[in-house]
Amino acid sequence: MGSRYVLEMSNISKEYYGNRVLKNVNLQVKPGEIHALVGENGAGKSTLMNILFGMPVIHATGGYEGEIKIDGQPAMIDGPHKAMDYGIGMVHQEFMLIPGFTVTENIKVGREISNPTFLSKIFGPDLEVLDVEKMRKDARAALDTIGLNIEEYVRVAGLPIGYLQFIEIAREIDKTGSKLLVFDEPTAVLTESEADHLLEIMRLIARRGIAIVFITHRLDEVMAVSDRLTILRDGEVVATLNSKDTTVERVAELMIGRKIEKLIEIPSDHRTLSDSDIALSIRDFYVEMPGESVNGLSLDVRNGEIFGIGGLAGQGKLGIPNGIMGLYKSTGTVEVFGKILDLTKLGEALRSGIAFVSEDRRGVGLLLDESIEFNIAFSAMQIKGDFLIKLGPITLFDWKKAREHALEMISVLDIRCTGPKQAVGSLSGGNQQKVCLARALTMRPDLLIVSEPTRGIDIGAKRLVLEHLLKLNREEGLTIVMVSSELVELRSLCDRIAIVSGGKVAAILEPDAPDAEFGLAMAGLKKEGANIA
Amino acid sequence: MREKLSAIYENLGLPRLIIITFFVVLLVAAVPLGLNVAGLLGDAVRRWAMYGVLVLAMVPGIESGINLNFGVSIGIVAGLLGSTIAIEMGMSNPWGSLAAAMLFGALVATPLGIGYGFLLNRVKGSEMTVSTYVGFSIVAFMNLVWLSLPFSSGTLIWPLGGKGLRNTISLSDSFGGVLNNFLSVTIGDPVNGAFIPTGLILFFMLMCVLLWLFMRSRTGVAMSAAGANPMFARASGIEVDRMRILGTTISTVLGAIGIITYSQSYGFLQLYNAPLMMGFHCVAAVLIGGATVKRARISHAIIGTFLFQGILAVALPVANKLLPGTNLADVMRIIISNGIILYALSKTKEGN
Repeated sequence: MGSRYVLEMSNISKEYYGNRVLKNVNLQVKPGEIHALVGENGAGKSTLMNILFGMPVIHATGGYEGEIKIDGQPAMIDGPHKAMDYGIGMVHQEFMLIPGFTVTENIKVGREISNPTFLSKIFGPDLEVLDVEKMRKDARAALDTIGLNIEEYVRVAGLPIGYLQFIEIAREIDKTGSKLLVFDEPTAVLTESEADHLLEIMRLIARRGIAIVFITHRLDEVMAVSDRLTILRDGEVVATLNSKDTTVERVAELMIGRKIEKLIEIPSDHRTLSDSDIALSIRDFYVEMPGESVNGLSLDVRNGEIFGIGGLAGQGKLGIPNGIMGLYKSTGTVEVFGKILDLTKLGEALRSGIAFVSEDRRGVGLLLDESIEFNIAFSAMQIKGDFLIKLGPITLFDWKKAREHALEMISVLDIRCTGPKQAVGSLSGGNQQKVCLARALTMRPDLLIVSEPTRGIDIGAKRLVLEHLLKLNREEGLTIVMVSSELVELRSLCDRIAIVSGGKVAAILEPDAPDAEFGLAMAGLKKEGANIA
Repeated sequence: MREKLSAIYENLGLPRLIIITFFVVLLVAAVPLGLNVAGLLGDAVRRWAMYGVLVLAMVPGIESGINLNFGVSIGIVAGLLGSTIAIEMGMSNPWGSLAAAMLFGALVATPLGIGYGFLLNRVKGSEMTVSTYVGFSIVAFMNLVWLSLPFSSGTLIWPLGGKGLRNTISLSDSFGGVLNNFLSVTIGDPVNGAFIPTGLILFFMLMCVLLWLFMRSRTGVAMSAAGANPMFARASGIEVDRMRILGTTISTVLGAIGIITYSQSYGFLQLYNAPLMMGFHCVAAVLIGGATVKRARISHAIIGTFLFQGILAVALPVANKLLPGTNLADVMRIIISNGIILYALSKTKEGN
């Protein structure tokens, strides 16, 4: 053990299909230290950890560049098992526990202690008998270490969610020879006191000489528990700092970073926005969308503005539009231009003049096997009765009118296709997005909600979509609510940006507010004096 | 030319190509065996129109998202019940009798279809398994009903016991052959030529047109979208569950009308266990026509029924000539119908 570091990752680079997601990343972790890894979604934290664990996805996409050293020795990690052999463990964000097994069995799974029998002497060690007593003892010891007061023989199924996290940790502690544990967002599902307990356990583990890599976006926890921290942004290390030499504000600022590129030119603004002229008013709004739940959120969108909704993944920003549109069960008050929506009725929002472009283009946004013209005309036909032709007692879908309209939209939005009859499934992502937008616009809405309008589309299409949104707003006075994970996009377009954290509005900020305020709001920390809705 | 051929191949797909080839081979083989090819073809056409509406019943089911409606037997027993009611009424006019049978059949089928639709909404993801057993169960249940219906018409009840309905009920006094004989023509030799049941074909086409009109209406398009992508439909304000119930109900009603069309051509009503496997034949036919468990067009039903029934009509006599005294043709039919269902199910993606 001649090395100062238990883990050294040097000059790690990784490309996914020509897209560089990691650029010369360096990460050094000392034995017994708690090293925090912070960054926005998509900053490259998960990719870096996938490389460390030799996950198949890395090797299936062409491997990585750079070097990994463990205890100063170059390590070749080509699979999760190899990582385990090196003494690297992971506490997963989604619990990898078997519900029907007991706590002991879950802790010991894969590393059972067994005694030989006469059968195993004939047929091999697979048939050895489990030494349940010994396994229980080990499990008890691991549970005691982390102070978890739970019988080791109960089944995991039905235990409170907080316990599951601790059982995961007990399993990692029980492994002998663990040198490094990775905690991936471990506090995301825990209550506050459980989270405190977890941080306590992390310190305890670190004192035993095991290094910890702590991945989280909760900056207060980072400051409370970590010795050092590495900040990733857009696949690059922005800084590695000693936690006690820095402040939350500084970390938040580094995490967001002012991006110089300006996405689009903003034309002169002749609008008058007023706090008394409200287009959309949401009060005490709850949405049960799995992974994106909204918990008692309130906000107001002024008539004629572009209102941004940002925040980290899983914090509930996507739940807002999906709840309003009735796609997930929601409660609360949603008022559109003075009309209160009946949230139990599907399609109520559409009939009240709201159009929606979903973040899930292929899953929700389009009928992939159907033509462009059909996709564009569909909602307007269903909701407003457009594109219908009456033949005596029967009304039929008017293909001719739909085609004329589709041709117009194709030229306005520059949809690259072979014609209006092409199936949307064969279009590129950007053009599919334009079809989604075209369908929403065909509804002639008073309020347009776009969710992740530029996700997964190339830069040219991105600019065109954003420019068109801006044009609709400025020239036709369309009120737009834009939900996006890309803060740059929100800041270059929106009049105000609400940052959602934990299903509530953490702050409503001006686009030119300091980076630190955005960072803090995303981390769910409210700053004194911030504009809190 | 090459591209054209490959485009045709793409459109047809391998299984259909094999079946078409098989059909043609059978027809060609019939000539040296001294079989009456015109008669065989006429038979194929008659069976095509006779089964057509039943197979058509698959289309709204698949389009609304309940996958293959193995439970079309519900519609079939409803149609049979409607027919027995019409016969019990003793209408002498065959057209009136047919109309009454269809009306009663549809009236019985509608509530059954709605209830069946509610059931299928509760078992999303395993509709086909459930519908298969619902189909079997309703046939068994109806066995009890047939035995205990308080009908008194002589053509319906057992001649000796006086209670309960017969296995096979002749339609010669009611609506038997009424569609078949309407404007019918015989091509070629009056005895051995091809009998074309014009009225039956016209009725089948009328059903196709009605369904086509519905599928192009606002509701029909919405139903189709609900089946293709439920989340998409919901995002456009469509109640997916209601659309599925609608599709199931239409499928069931078409099943009822389909069995009446079939029976009038056959000349008999077949009660008790006769409808047990009919759902499977309908499923196989629409799949042979090119439908998948997710998407079906009316053309799939038309083409599929012709191929499936055509092979049966031609293969039976050919096989009997080649290997007298065997039931090879029936074995072929079972292999084809079950094989094609298996093939289609193996093509289903995403495990649903």
